[in-house]
Amino acid sequence: MDKILEINNLVTSFSISRKFYPAVDGISLEIYKNEVLAIVGESGSGKSAMAMSIMQLLNPNYSKIEGSVIFNGKELIGMKEKALNKVRGSGISMIFQDALSALNPLMRIGEQIEESLLYHTTLNKEARTQRAVELLGKVGIVNPELVHNQYPHELSGGMRQRAMIAISIAANPEILIADEPTTALDVTIQSQILDLLRQLQKDIGSSIILITHDLGVVAEMATRVAVMYGGQIVEIAPVLEIFENPRHPYTRSLLASIPHINQSGKRLNAIRGMVPSLKYMPRSGCRFADRTPWLSKEIHEKEPTYHEVGVGHKVLCTCYKSFYFENEEKTKNGGVL
Amino acid sequence: MALLEVQNLKIYYPIRGGILSRIVGYVKAVDDVSFTVDKGETVGLIGESGSGKSTIGKSILGLVPIHAGTILFDGEDITKHIGKNRSPYRKSVQMIFQDVNSSLNPKKRVLDVIAEPIRNFEKLTKEEERKRVDELLTIVGMSPENAIKYPHEFSGGQKQRIGVARAIALKPKLIVADEPVSALDLSIQAQVLNYLKDVQEELGLAYLFISHDMGVVKHMCEKLTIMNKGRFVESGLSQEIYENPEHIYTRRLLASIPDIDPTKKEENSQKRAVINAEYESENKNYYDENGKVYDLKRITDNHFVAKL
Ligand SMILES: Nc1ncnc2c1ncn2[C@@H]1O[C@H](COP(=O)(O)OP(=O)(O)OP(=O)(O)O)[C@@H](O)[C@H]1O
Ligand SMILES: Nc1ncnc2c1ncn2[C@@H]1O[C@H](COP(=O)(O)OP(=O)(O)OP(=O)(O)O)[C@@H](O)[C@H]1O
Ligand SMILES: [Mg+2]
Ligand SMILES: [Mg+2]
Repeated sequence: MDKILEINNLVTSFSISRKFYPAVDGISLEIYKNEVLAIVGESGSGKSAMAMSIMQLLNPNYSKIEGSVIFNGKELIGMKEKALNKVRGSGISMIFQDALSALNPLMRIGEQIEESLLYHTTLNKEARTQRAVELLGKVGIVNPELVHNQYPHELSGGMRQRAMIAISIAANPEILIADEPTTALDVTIQSQILDLLRQLQKDIGSSIILITHDLGVVAEMATRVAVMYGGQIVEIAPVLEIFENPRHPYTRSLLASIPHINQSGKRLNAIRGMVPSLKYMPRSGCRFADRTPWLSKEIHEKEPTYHEVGVGHKVLCTCYKSFYFENEEKTKNGGVL
Repeated sequence: MALLEVQNLKIYYPIRGGILSRIVGYVKAVDDVSFTVDKGETVGLIGESGSGKSTIGKSILGLVPIHAGTILFDGEDITKHIGKNRSPYRKSVQMIFQDVNSSLNPKKRVLDVIAEPIRNFEKLTKEEERKRVDELLTIVGMSPENAIKYPHEFSGGQKQRIGVARAIALKPKLIVADEPVSALDLSIQAQVLNYLKDVQEELGLAYLFISHDMGVVKHMCEKLTIMNKGRFVESGLSQEIYENPEHIYTRRLLASIPDIDPTKKEENSQKRAVINAEYESENKNYYDENGKVYDLKRITDNHFVAKL
């Protein structure tokens, strides 16, 4: 398979009281042509920070990016703003997690879509308008002509999110980074948007990096899944493997917290403890060790490394070998490879 | 008497057009809906994006002008209290906003964001206040040292939790929770939902719970209302609706829930195609010639459906 993006040892740090703390802590990853790589992980684990680093959109006043991000053979880190602007849009484009702050409050929705078409296509004014309305229809906006003329504050949360999706797919990007693209959408429209993304992938061979906490969406869309915890990828595997054979303690705990439609009222499983904030995240050893205090410290590696446990299936730290849930008999699962 | 009683509520937004920006029409965001929320209960509101859910929520807080109808809280017409910041009503009803960013002032530290409602109603010393804020942060799964940071320093899910902490700070009687956990990963979602249930039991708190996540709604709500195009299409006990969805929109909604089993991709997409075809062919029984949803009709004491 052809590589389209290669991330090597990416470290993205934010400054907190004048000291830098890494939110992305040494990520290496390859994205192949035409694949959908889902990224899941705890809130605050660095998913958006990683996406923003690929796009080079973080404010250098309070952030620092190290490592390398190679797109189609070109290094993006340190690239001049002018060259980056050519990549952004038709090379790599992004659906932002926060639609409202990504949209320009003073511009009509239609104008914002047309602006992207102006930069990245050869369409004339009339054709751009037509295309903008068409795109709004495609993302399931019921009254596209009306919304074309409206401002962001006049739209519902889900309508804004869809307007932004329309902007980001307007230029037919080679890589689409979708950061929680359907969180504000009802499931019928969500399924319409997912179809649209699949089509983008089929028609122009785009690759999609899909950041989501909705495991149903992951199951329906992804070819591979990367699981993040504390700024690192703790497990990566083909989608079936993740659901059928999850190994890392965090992945297993995550899958155990799904609220199920067939079992209401019961108390939901939550992972014990809380993610430490950036400043207090451990910087060595297994980052997840603090969340599993019932396990012996011996089971973790001093400096966790990746272990190949199946085809394309890697897991960080040896602790996966002896993990068991707190309320589980040690003999039942402990020690099982 | 119900804690909250909404009767024949209509909210229309003007559409402006032409060079003079004259009103050329209206978006009927909420078009004649009625419902009640009792003390200590959770009523779920789900439905199409743009169908008017947030607009209903905001109207209860007095944040959008209403066109017609009444909103009674503890038997009193709340439209009279709107604007009075310190009125007891303002203490009793809080909202968790869907759009976290615009509800968090970027210039205020988290401490001030969360403590603001407390300062309006209670006289606490600095230490007591800080202690309360720390407790609230812990409840939503964030460590207390976050109190001195500013909103832009947080991830999407962390901001959402700050919004939750702020809404529960005053222990209100009713919380309008507009997509309160949509940006959270499952484990933290579980933690926040468990907490919302705990305080509910402890304080007899009621929720109007807006969400598009059917699993979450099923978990949280004994009663449920489904919206489409500014109107209610189905309403009643969650259990009955899930087991026996009557409206074509509800059936479509249930069929669209993504399955966490990747091997069922094909099967599900076929099921959806069948329902979508049904949606087209049976449309007339559920929407009038202008596409308007019919009025709700009683099927059982606990189940109402809008059909011909
Ligand atoms: N500008 C900033 N200054 C300081 N810290 C920041 C800043 N932006 C993000 N962070 C911190 O970096 C960490 C990673 O944030 P990020 O937004 O990447 O999380 P995420 O995985 O996208 O989470 P979510 O699922 O909640 O969106 C968090 O602990 C967050 O508080
Ligand atoms: N300030 C406003 N001015 C004009 N129209 C508005 C305004 N706010 C909302 N609307 C319109 O009212 C309708 C209902 O919006 P609302 O935000 O209540 O939807 P919602 O059900 O919460 O949707 P979502 O699930 O996407 O959040 C939409 O058509 C929207 O465009
Ligand atoms: Mg994020
Ligand atoms: Mg809304």
